[in-house]
Amino acid sequence: MADEIVRQYVDSASTTGNVTMNVWRGDAGGGSFVEYELEAKEGEVVLDVIHRMQATQAPDLACRWNCKAGKCGSCSAEINGKPALMCMTRMETLPAGEPITVAPLKAFPIIRDLVTDVSYNYEVAKRIPSFNPRPKTTDELKAGGYRMAQIDVERSQEFRKCIECFLCQDVCHVIRDHEENKTTFAGPRFFARSAELEMHPLDVTDRRAILREEQGLGMCNITKCCTEVCPEHIKITDNAIIPLKERVVDASYDPVAWLGRKILRRTKASVAEARATSPVNGPPAVQPDAAVRGIPTAVGG
Amino acid sequence: MPEYETHDFDVIVIGAGGAGLRAAIEANAKGLRTALVCKSLLGKAHTVMAEGGVAAALGNVYPEDNWEVHFRDTMRGGKMLNNWRMAQLHAQEAPDRVRELEEWGALFDRTKDGLILQRDFGGHRYARLAHVGDRTGLEMIRTLQQKAVADGVEVFMEVKVLRLLRDADGVVSGAVGYWRPSGEFVAFTAKSVVLATGGIGRSWMYTTNSWESTGDGVAMALWAGADAIEMECVQFHPTGMVWPMSVRGLLVTEAVRGDGGVLRNSDGERFMFDYIPEMFAAETADSEAEGDRWYDDHANNRRPPELLPRDEVARSINSEVKAGRGSPHGGVFLDIASRLSAEDIRRRLPSMYHQFKELAGVDITAEAMEVGPTCHYANGGVRVDADSTATTAPGLFAAGELAGGLHGSNRLGGNSLSDLIVFGRRAGIGAAEFAEGRTGRVTVDEGEIASTIEAALAPFERDGGESPYDVHHDLQTTMQDLVGIIRTGSELEEAMGKIEALEERAANVSASGGHQYNPGWNLATDLPSMLTVSRCVAQGALNRKESRGGHTREDFPRPDPEMGSVNFVQGIPTSTTDTSGAGGTPSVRSITITPVPIPVMPDELKALMELKEAY
Ligand SMILES: Cc1cc2nc3c(=O)[nH]c(=O)nc-3n(C[C@H](O)[C@H](O)[C@H](O)COP(=O)(O)OP(=O)(O)OC[C@H]3O[C@@H](n4cnc5c(N)ncnc54)[C@H](O)[C@@H]3O)c2cc1C
Ligand code: SF4
Ligand code: SF4
Ligand code: FES
Repeated sequence: MADEIVRQYVDSASTTGNVTMNVWRGDAGGGSFVEYELEAKEGEVVLDVIHRMQATQAPDLACRWNCKAGKCGSCSAEINGKPALMCMTRMETLPAGEPITVAPLKAFPIIRDLVTDVSYNYEVAKRIPSFNPRPKTTDELKAGGYRMAQIDVERSQEFRKCIECFLCQDVCHVIRDHEENKTTFAGPRFFARSAELEMHPLDVTDRRAILREEQGLGMCNITKCCTEVCPEHIKITDNAIIPLKERVVDASYDPVAWLGRKILRRTKASVAEARATSPVNGPPAVQPDAAVRGIPTAVGG
Repeated sequence: MPEYETHDFDVIVIGAGGAGLRAAIEANAKGLRTALVCKSLLGKAHTVMAEGGVAAALGNVYPEDNWEVHFRDTMRGGKMLNNWRMAQLHAQEAPDRVRELEEWGALFDRTKDGLILQRDFGGHRYARLAHVGDRTGLEMIRTLQQKAVADGVEVFMEVKVLRLLRDADGVVSGAVGYWRPSGEFVAFTAKSVVLATGGIGRSWMYTTNSWESTGDGVAMALWAGADAIEMECVQFHPTGMVWPMSVRGLLVTEAVRGDGGVLRNSDGERFMFDYIPEMFAAETADSEAEGDRWYDDHANNRRPPELLPRDEVARSINSEVKAGRGSPHGGVFLDIASRLSAEDIRRRLPSMYHQFKELAGVDITAEAMEVGPTCHYANGGVRVDADSTATTAPGLFAAGELAGGLHGSNRLGGNSLSDLIVFGRRAGIGAAEFAEGRTGRVTVDEGEIASTIEAALAPFERDGGESPYDVHHDLQTTMQDLVGIIRTGSELEEAMGKIEALEERAANVSASGGHQYNPGWNLATDLPSMLTVSRCVAQGALNRKESRGGHTREDFPRPDPEMGSVNFVQGIPTSTTDTSGAGGTPSVRSITITPVPIPVMPDELKALMELKEAY
């Protein structure tokens, strides 16, 4: 059945007018901004305009994308100088009538046009000691699965929202301005990953020495640029890096404190607490940052 | 002779979504040298977008739930076209596979007793979907990705595979493709190959699917001599975004309805009460009051009709819009704002809140969403043996969305993520066992590698050919208009002809620029697969002269018991030497279709279909 109803709306989608886009084109050998003028329609995001550019003017313009919904973290770029997801940056949030610049992430080597070599991040990921759970208790073996209270999983869940867009890695001055640090500095994304494992109710590995000695936790001077840029609104600095720094200090001065923390967070009391606060069969306990999670920040900010 | 690098493994897995990752983990754990190949970066596969949850009869919320009820729900959702053995294995094994994810680090939302929380979804008798807010796919892919990396699976990312390779006896023995970042070619030899390339949605204009869902795996399997089944049964998800055009088709998770959201037409009516089909009448509420009570008390009330299987809901929305009772932009209204507190909405559906706020400027805690059907999922796919996932081509295994059988004519929500881990694992085992049993050196036809590379590079040699973007656009228009949610014989005939014409155009496209990360060229190499799967869908739809599940024929509006007793099996004769299609592949005209009787269910499973307590 012909899709006339839909077609009607395709045609009615009003054209906002022409826009000028300055897109960086080039490869590892060098390149420059190239100007394109083309139409943009109501409600479009930067990635829509890039796609139109590919379909009509520059079929070989390289960019990454997958979901077009802010869920995969592929389409990171620097839009008017700010690191952002192209699929979540609406054209109408950018200054009207001015050319829009789109450049590749600066912290990583160029492959071509808007595509950079992000393999550094995948290398760091490999060096993080993997998840290592405690054995199941007899009760858990009978129940079939681990028991964890909602409030105990929420801290790590915040970090597991990460879509690996690497915008935080791009914006962190320790990496952005110092290529040589890449061998000794894991970067905010991977501090969040380590924090996630450290705070995971089941994990029993102590990663603190590695964080200090191999991953450069001490090089972070808490500028919070990473937090500001995170499209998932993960509080990387406050909730991951600062607590990790505290724990690493514990490691140096008080080896018992760390163990204490690990054990404390899965006490029976916390299960009971969760029980008290949760509706029957409903998702228990409010996520501490639930309200903040959805509030859109200024695009690219 | 064009240049290319070569790699040898025991098993190669093509596709790094949930299914491919799970298969690679399993083959690797069996001590086999395993490679995982994917066309995007690791962790970006379509699985990352899954929202609502993974279905498994854990019984954490409703202890009365068990695999038998899950089995029955799956078969009924698929209108009995399913492969019963796959549905059985899936229902039996899903709980262990979900708990295994937890053992590998996944953090699902919890019940008050500290176990994995489960939510309601359409067609599932009990709250059955393990989930993490509305980002379950991200949790799954990250867990599997981290496990695969920790286990040392070798990953080839941003490699686009073009063709499978066979040895002289026709056993699948490798694959050839190219590195997208460099444009250089790469060939793999392996004792067995697992395909896990996901869906086919990019052939339609409005889809929830990413650019990767071009059906490469189904097409490559057919070219290598494997069969496909039930390709006509494409799932149109009832609730995609409809406005702005920029995001038309983007998914609005079924969790919105599972958590209390209701559908209304422009008159404000909950129109789903007018569309309750006979088959589900006994278990569906017939008043709003009963439907509303059900959310808190499943035992004494029946479920609201908004939670009927997806095919029913999608067709109903379509009818309302056609009848002139649609929303301003050609959809209907999905209302959660009047049903849950703003705080609950933001907590349970954070990414929907975010998506509407940022992309449509709509605050779903205060306003209704506009939604309409969007092309979502391939219910059919490569035909496999239920236990081993072996295809009909020796040496080739298949799992995940690209495999057919489990879902019959219509998949229930949440049954895909569970499919990925149940059959991903089985594919890993199947491929490992085949590899272990294979003796002698693996050889491939170097001539086939050379001709594949030449065909891939041909768009650069052709001057003045058409743009691949134009051909793709016209294919999407054709499929959207003629092979959409409601079909009719004459339009399907027209689509068949148009696909043939598009194939001729695709064989003559040009690419400009260099070989490095060139999206125009990449699209040119996607066209042969998209055309092949599009043809399968149109041909299957033409042959299935009835309406069933995800396949609706306006000219045959009822299910036909005779049609319901067969699967349509499609293939390309292995004897074909035809290379007249796009990119040197066999032409879409060489695809054959045969009705094959559905395997007969054993009596003990038949008895489950009548389970009284299951209603
Ligand atoms: C928005 C959305 C929400 C969904 N929500 C749910 C849900 O809540 N619950 C549920 O059960 N299901 C859901 N689904 C369905 C489910 O997510 C998919 O069916 C499933 O993730 C598919 O997984 P897969 O492993 O088969 O393939 P994919 O995840 O699609 O991965 C395919 C892989 O194959 C690779 N590939 C493809 N072609 C090639 C090639 N030529 N060469 C090399 N590599 C290739 C890709 O790079 C990718 O790695 C949802 C789907 C969508 C679109
Ligand atoms: S807070 Fe630390 S990690 Fe984050 S951007 Fe600043 S220096 Fe980098
Ligand atoms: S922490 Fe945030 S900014 Fe960093 S990679 Fe993850 S999602 Fe992106
Ligand atoms: S395309 Fe997935 S985040 Fe932008």
